[in-house]
Amino acid sequence: MLIRWQYVALLVGGGLLGLTGCGKSGGGDTILVGEFASLTGKEATFGTSSHEGTLLAIEELNAAGGVMGKKFELKTEDDQSKAGEPANVVNKLISKDGVIAVLGEVASSRSLEAAPICQQNGIPMISPASTNPKVTETGDYIFRVCFIDPFQGTVMANFATKTLKATKVAVFTDVKSDYSKGLAKFFKEGFTKAGGQIVSELDFNGGDKDFKGQLTAIKTAAPDAVFVPGYYTDVALICIQAKQLGLNVPLFGGDGWESDTLVKIGGDAVEGHYFSTHYASDAASPKVTAFVEAYKKRYNGKVPDAMAALGYDSAKFLADGISRAGSTDGAKLRDALAATKEFDAVTGKMAINAQRDAVKAAVILQVKGGAFKFVETVAP
Amino acid sequence: MEWFFQQLINGLALGSIYALIALGYTMVYGVLRFINFAHSDVLMLGAYAAFFIAPAIQPLVPLPSLTGALLVTLFSALICAGIGILIEFLAYRPLRTRPKLTVLITAIGVSLFIEFTCQHKAVFGADTKPFPTLLPSTDFHLGSLLVSSNDLVVMFVTVLLLVGLWFVVQKTKVGTAMRAVSFNQQAAALMGVNINRIISFTFGLGSALAAVAGILYAMKAPGIEPLMGVQPGIRAFIAAVLGGIGNLPGAALGGLLLGLLETFVGGISGLSSYRDGIAFAILILILLFKPAGLLGKSSVEKV
Repeated sequence: MLIRWQYVALLVGGGLLGLTGCGKSGGGDTILVGEFASLTGKEATFGTSSHEGTLLAIEELNAAGGVMGKKFELKTEDDQSKAGEPANVVNKLISKDGVIAVLGEVASSRSLEAAPICQQNGIPMISPASTNPKVTETGDYIFRVCFIDPFQGTVMANFATKTLKATKVAVFTDVKSDYSKGLAKFFKEGFTKAGGQIVSELDFNGGDKDFKGQLTAIKTAAPDAVFVPGYYTDVALICIQAKQLGLNVPLFGGDGWESDTLVKIGGDAVEGHYFSTHYASDAASPKVTAFVEAYKKRYNGKVPDAMAALGYDSAKFLADGISRAGSTDGAKLRDALAATKEFDAVTGKMAINAQRDAVKAAVILQVKGGAFKFVETVAP
Repeated sequence: MEWFFQQLINGLALGSIYALIALGYTMVYGVLRFINFAHSDVLMLGAYAAFFIAPAIQPLVPLPSLTGALLVTLFSALICAGIGILIEFLAYRPLRTRPKLTVLITAIGVSLFIEFTCQHKAVFGADTKPFPTLLPSTDFHLGSLLVSSNDLVVMFVTVLLLVGLWFVVQKTKVGTAMRAVSFNQQAAALMGVNINRIISFTFGLGSALAAVAGILYAMKAPGIEPLMGVQPGIRAFIAAVLGGIGNLPGAALGGLLLGLLETFVGGISGLSSYRDGIAFAILILILLFKPAGLLGKSSVEKV
């Protein structure tokens, strides 16, 4: 009977796919650190970069003997860039694996999902790159090593008025993303305060493929520049369609733009546009040079982006906290991290303020010849 | 006024793609009376087929070029036709005598199976991949209006395929057989129609259409990922229902209408975040007054 063979084929195929590995974590003499990142999915390059940076830092720390005579063990989970998944994997990291701290995520929406879980369990969480203020407002166990959106929004507002000399700006926001909405809000406040005018405000949904309706409306408003606080896959398509519609003004955004994929998909349509981010790999600082060298050596000549640098900083910051606390106990570790007055990170000198946010400088980069070039640094 | 015409062009270009996808849904429904939910995933597979074929034929045919684009599309359509026939053979044929609801649920299962298998690292991976340029594109300026050649290609291909499909269904022998199977499977079989072959043909044709739509969609937004078919798929399904499911011109009309609605609502400052909500509310209103769809005939169930 043919029909039976059809089922056999399906069962065998399904069975093979189901064979995924299951690992068991080690304990005892190691410090188990959990990490959740978007290793696959829409923001895969963010997760991959931050994970590579984190891993490099952990390896360096272990090569130097670890802290308190113990080596680190990194337990990484992929949240597939999907809502709902961070809660699952972070719950697993804390209750099943028993990690002492959690590192992650880049996207604010996903950090916000994991933060309440870490807070309830008394496990310190350090986000490498979530810039939405709400993330650390969740509770006193939640930290970050990056600046926050009010600062980033103000930086971009100043950049628009001073460097771009724009007086009329359109804002194009991803309504699905906490990051995008936050950044848009703070940009609008800063820009209008500096005397600028917001001529058009439109929204899109992250994952949309057609933006021409909104972009045509933006073009009709004739702005000097367009602020697009989105993530790189959407931004690349927006740049392409803006160019097709003849919207030939500078587009600019935040650190969500920084990914090779932006250039790979966007091609010449993203040329000349600007974004703010955490560090420039071509900056002249011995700390940055050493990090870039080590990263290139570890990952076949790949140049680290801001997410990689922040991932690296998040792990080093945690190790610094553990050594100052002299313990991996959640409450003691939290107090030590909160008391950080000066920490020399790859992404610049930082202090932790009362809201457990990092206070540090931002840089502005421009897409030029398919690469990201340093334009200027803005101190807090 | 200029704004209006530019939005009209944008909307027609987007609507044409929805129309093209809707044709596939409506044709399968016309013959088999069930919604093939895996259609939108075959669309995604079509885009991925082109993604892999383009670099492979690059040494033989230069890309971007018209011949290159046609070759890539042809091969992708053939591959997807094969996949469509295989899906029908493995998943739907064993259930043909079962209630329609069983097949419908299976179709959703097939759709999820394809989406999540393809997201696995060993298959395509879940990250967005840059889609190669297949056709040289230029922009035409009509006064201050801008029309991209890609948009014209989409509209042209949709009209061409609509006419071609109508011709196949209405004027050819296989089309007559398709309509016979749609009317009454048993009676058609008694008249010597090979039902299995006709159904396979229908799925092959529908999936080839999906591949073409997938490639055109990827040309418009050149970033492809395994879930790229979900959004346009849902919209095309709704377009097919709006036009009157089973009716080919109806699917095209529904697609265009949906594309225009989305573009116009999306271009209004302050309303753009409610784009889908408003577009779909209008659709619900239309269906309240025309339950069988715009061009559908309301049929009376015989009891």
